[in-house]
Amino acid sequence: MEIPYTVKPRPDTGLWNAKIGIWLFLASEVMLFGGLFSAYIFLRLGAEPGYWPKGLLNVPVGTINTAILIASSVSVVFAWAALKMRNFKRYRLCMMFTLLCGVVFLGVKLGYEWPAKYHHFGAFIKPEARAKYEEFLGNEHLAAKGLHPRVEISGHLENHDALHDKEIKEYHIRLDAVNADPTSPANDHPHFWPRPMSDKVAHVAKEDVQWASMFLPKHSTYFAVYYTITGLHGLHVLGGLVMFAYFLLPVSTRLYQKDPDHLANRIEVVGLFWHFVDLVWIFVFPLFYLL
Amino acid sequence: MEISTHSSHSGAGHDDGHHDHHELGFWSKYVFSTDHKVIGIQYGLSGLLFLFLGFCLMMLMRWQLAYPGQALPYFGAVLAKVFPQEMPNGIMTPDFYNSLGAMHGTIMVFLGIVPVSFAAFGNYVVPLQIGAPDMAFPKLNMASFWVFFIGGVIMLISFFVPGGAAKSGWTSYPPLANIADTGPAFHHIWNGQTLWLMGMVFLITSSLLGSVNIITTVIQLRAPGLTWMRLPFFTWAILVTSYILLLAFPPLEAAGIMQLMDRVAGTSFFSPNGLIVSSLGGQLDISGGGSPLLWQHLFWFLAHPEVYVLILPALGIVAEVIANNTRKPLWGYKAMVFSALFLGFLSFLVWAHHMYLTGMGTKVSAFFQTTTIMISVPSVIILTALLISLWGGSIRFTTPMLFATAFLPMFGIGGLTGLPLAFNSLDAYLHDTYYIIGHFHYIVAPGTIFGIFAGVYYWYPKMTGRTMSDTLGKLHFWGSLITINGIFFPMFLQGMAGMHRRWYDGGHVYEQISGPMLHWNSFMSWSAWLLGIVQIFFIINVFWSIRNGRKVNTNPWDATTLDWSTPSPPPHGNFDKPVTVYRGPYEYSVPGAAKDFSPQAEA
Amino acid sequence: MLNKLLGMPLNASEHGFQVDQMLEFVHWIMLVLFVGWSTFFIFTLIRFHKSRNPKADYHGVKSKASTHIEFMVVLVESVFLLGFGIPLWGKRVNGPKPEGGDVERVRVVAEQYKWNFHYPGADGVIGRRKTELVSASNPVGLDYTDPAAKDDIVTANEMHLPVNKDVILEISSKDVIHSLSLQFMRIGQDATPGLVSPIWFKPVRTGEFEIICGQLCGYGHYLMRGNMVIDSAEDYQAWLKEKAANAGAPAAPAAGAATPAPAAPPAGAAH
Ligand code: HEA
Ligand code: HEA
Ligand code: CUA
Ligand SMILES: [Cu+2]
Repeated sequence: MEIPYTVKPRPDTGLWNAKIGIWLFLASEVMLFGGLFSAYIFLRLGAEPGYWPKGLLNVPVGTINTAILIASSVSVVFAWAALKMRNFKRYRLCMMFTLLCGVVFLGVKLGYEWPAKYHHFGAFIKPEARAKYEEFLGNEHLAAKGLHPRVEISGHLENHDALHDKEIKEYHIRLDAVNADPTSPANDHPHFWPRPMSDKVAHVAKEDVQWASMFLPKHSTYFAVYYTITGLHGLHVLGGLVMFAYFLLPVSTRLYQKDPDHLANRIEVVGLFWHFVDLVWIFVFPLFYLL
Repeated sequence: MEISTHSSHSGAGHDDGHHDHHELGFWSKYVFSTDHKVIGIQYGLSGLLFLFLGFCLMMLMRWQLAYPGQALPYFGAVLAKVFPQEMPNGIMTPDFYNSLGAMHGTIMVFLGIVPVSFAAFGNYVVPLQIGAPDMAFPKLNMASFWVFFIGGVIMLISFFVPGGAAKSGWTSYPPLANIADTGPAFHHIWNGQTLWLMGMVFLITSSLLGSVNIITTVIQLRAPGLTWMRLPFFTWAILVTSYILLLAFPPLEAAGIMQLMDRVAGTSFFSPNGLIVSSLGGQLDISGGGSPLLWQHLFWFLAHPEVYVLILPALGIVAEVIANNTRKPLWGYKAMVFSALFLGFLSFLVWAHHMYLTGMGTKVSAFFQTTTIMISVPSVIILTALLISLWGGSIRFTTPMLFATAFLPMFGIGGLTGLPLAFNSLDAYLHDTYYIIGHFHYIVAPGTIFGIFAGVYYWYPKMTGRTMSDTLGKLHFWGSLITINGIFFPMFLQGMAGMHRRWYDGGHVYEQISGPMLHWNSFMSWSAWLLGIVQIFFIINVFWSIRNGRKVNTNPWDATTLDWSTPSPPPHGNFDKPVTVYRGPYEYSVPGAAKDFSPQAEA
Repeated sequence: MLNKLLGMPLNASEHGFQVDQMLEFVHWIMLVLFVGWSTFFIFTLIRFHKSRNPKADYHGVKSKASTHIEFMVVLVESVFLLGFGIPLWGKRVNGPKPEGGDVERVRVVAEQYKWNFHYPGADGVIGRRKTELVSASNPVGLDYTDPAAKDDIVTANEMHLPVNKDVILEISSKDVIHSLSLQFMRIGQDATPGLVSPIWFKPVRTGEFEIICGQLCGYGHYLMRGNMVIDSAEDYQAWLKEKAANAGAPAAPAAGAATPAPAAPPAGAAH
């Protein structure tokens, strides 16, 4: 017994099954990411002044990744259109391009952006010890300008053993630009182009540190949401890639020969999914990179 | 091929090339089946087993509540062997009590009621009621069952890891749930709370896939002539339920992922600054900055809609059974449908009535008090309509009808006792007392579970081709009705006296508060165990009748909906001939008609 | 009357009788609805049994009575909501201002499985606290280098309050969520770590009353009992004096183990 309306739309609803299915699925995805984004808002509004970092992420790289994802969203549409015009070669080319974009996106994310973060280190200074580290924090300068205080000293951890070894009493941090020259007006606000690290090394006593860790999820609520949302988004990208790869296999060729519209419908469905993945990124990018 | 225009040949024995006629092997026929009927029965059996397991956990707890600190007789020795840490010498530890409580709630809600009332009946009955050959996405359907199954297995495994199953309540409030099952005695991953979270992620995913499938099926695969206002109320109820599940569950999935991150990756989504836990050696080594309230919002954003998920399918079943056994149309069918839709919509706007004591300003609290009061209105309308439907009927008390009639006042008690809770200032007194436990158990136990029983007795002939025994059924009914009230009614007294839930010793520590009400504990426990014994009638009935029940034809109840216009059990593909619908769902005793029922499919 | 029948314990706060009154009203309404519905229900089941009514009536009820009843239910509910529910809560939230003269302020700090009550002492000022200083002998982490901290009183599981005086409790927690449930005062409030949640009420009856921990907080949740003693004004001053004598650093207040205070006699009978 065959299920009706898998390819042809039902006359009174004007839709075929999978199209309704994917829209419903996307509705639930909206709620899923909605839950995570509301956590972002909740945590950000609840953060104490200075505890929600800004300008830590690499904006140019993020921009490139955004462009890549948008390009791939366009190319699935072309793939679908190619099928509708019965141009199977073009379809395969478009799909390969989409697949490639997705792979590059994930590569940048996992190969560059994430590692760049979790090789970085930051130490939150206790409120009562902040005056001691004024040369790295520049809080008088910030207070005079009415800006949020700086509560963290970050950079490259030179003595990596300090993380685990209780005998080592200090962190040696090769400083980020903001901490190297905290009173420079250039550091008051985040920048599009990331500013290079300095050669200056600060020695921060562990007893003055409230909490320190590499830029891992546990580092702060900011990185917790950052890794969770981008991680879940990455899993969605991966899911999309698996499907694209599937549609480049010979099974699809056979389906095309049998019923090209069926294949076109399937591409439309993954396409919708892919647009959604793209859309999530369109929210991620400003929320984490820009604001 | 379109069912509406072409005849389908399945079951008729034609040798038609592209149809699925070849015999399927055992595995693909009964285990990895894509047939909605098989999947429905798979859900049903595993759900009933979980329901029974959840009940068994509670029967254990009721021993501790009635006779705190005493060794459990007979079973105690066995449990002491299986759970040496949790039941030393047959005496329950506080941690084990908390595990059982949390798992009772979880299993009942997510592995018992939802799989049976929504997934099993939804899968089995909805495609039949709308005249569809199967679900819209049969493979996805199979996937949802197996994802559910994995979730269930993970929950079961969690009883046997070091330290035992999750013990922070079915609500899993952090920071307690964040720090529970951590420390040197526990494995980093294989511990109760972490497994609970992983299990939940699977169960949620399964529900999401299931609801996508059901909504699509109802929209797309209705038989010709089956317009929206001709849908049986049960199908409407399942449709609204699916939509609630679809939109309410994902935020809990998000929350579950965040709690997993807190436990596994050391993040602080739900942990504020400066937590000091003496049992874990003082200040916790975490960044802090999170919020325990965030979890509560996300949890209740699901869990309130979830309670309507627990009740709507049962309301649907009860409506079918009442229409059939009063031999007249449902009174106010349209009002019921719109009430169900309104209920579904509004259920997303009341969640914070579970959080009245978290410290809420007047404005927020006024909002949630108002929406909570508003949401009682559609329930009143549905219940009133069902009640009035009885008037003028020719009522026959078959076993399903007995359960369906008892459902009405039981749901009434549960629903009415929700009203005082809706007011913030009264809830400040009643919050987390046994009054709450009484409130919702009246809805889910003699309510939903009775609805489920009614459904089993009603559709059993359709599923197996044989009826269940009426005598056993009536014993089961009267025994259950009496004992179940013996369990839950005293809870209102205990609650009004101020006794709180989740008390390991049943309240002995608080002499002043629980002194006057303590004696009820053993009465309630004995009622629970008797209820357990009464279930034997049901279990015997289910298995005995498969071979020995009276054989039935297509339509043993003289019912009108499409599920009764196909052989019992229906063939693969469901309908021998294409069906067309000519009238509304409950055309019983139509004036001037020859029979006292006019099936939807008869011209 | 219905409340008594349902076993509600006595009320010891000023606003509590309003809560009781409303609870009583609501239960009456519920009872009336239930009895009304049940009467109709049982009558119908008997009257329209198939032995009495072999042929069903296609149309059933034609009157509009149910709409009227439903409308009445909505009306009564709205009266409760607008007339009592919201105003009553409004009063709970907009209590006496903390600075406003004649109020007693106590900090409540919950931990697994014990209540700490922190009084400002003679100077009326709560001393400085630090998380690092928290220990078994200094449960709220008072910094005794602060002069304001020296006279602070910290008790375990025992809270004394004067009768007929407004009380503000500022509730927080060190570890997990607990809930300060004062059934005899008809009020409760979650103790959530990271937040300070105030509640206020006015005790109007002396005696000893149990304090319940109302939120699952671990294996010892069931025994996290506190004791609230409402004293006459003189007794209260005497108690404060006695406690003040051994206030100050170090390890002044006897930090109780995770066991409840000694059993209190049932207050309902005594007063
Ligand atoms: C299926 C489950 C279900 C349903 C339908 C409901 C329905 C309602 N619930 Fe309930 N509720 C729960 C399950 C349910 N609840 C659970 C599980 C909890 C606790 C969770 C936890 O903390 O663990 C809870 C807790 C809970 C609270 C929080 C209490 C607290 O923790 O402090 C509140 C507060 O407002 C509340 C209110 C209501 C209201 C106003 C309704 C209304 O929708 C009810 C409307 C219905 C009616 C008004 C009945 C009308 C009928 C008649 C009048 C007819 C009588 C008929 C005859 C005599 C034949 N519920
Ligand atoms: C849908 C939900 C549901 C259901 C149905 C039940 C059913 C029951 N519950 Fe439970 N309960 C909860 C959800 C539910 N509960 C939740 C959420 C909590 C709060 C947990 C927490 O604190 O975190 C709770 C807590 C709770 C408590 C409070 C514990 C405490 O606070 O310390 C108690 C105490 O008595 C209790 C008792 C019972 C009893 C006696 C039943 C009985 O009615 C059970 C009756 C069961 C049956 C009659 C099953 C019959 C099934 C069969 C016979 C199957 C046959 C099998 C085959 C044919 C294959 N429950
Ligand atoms: Cu503290 Cu429960
Ligand atoms: Cu609710």
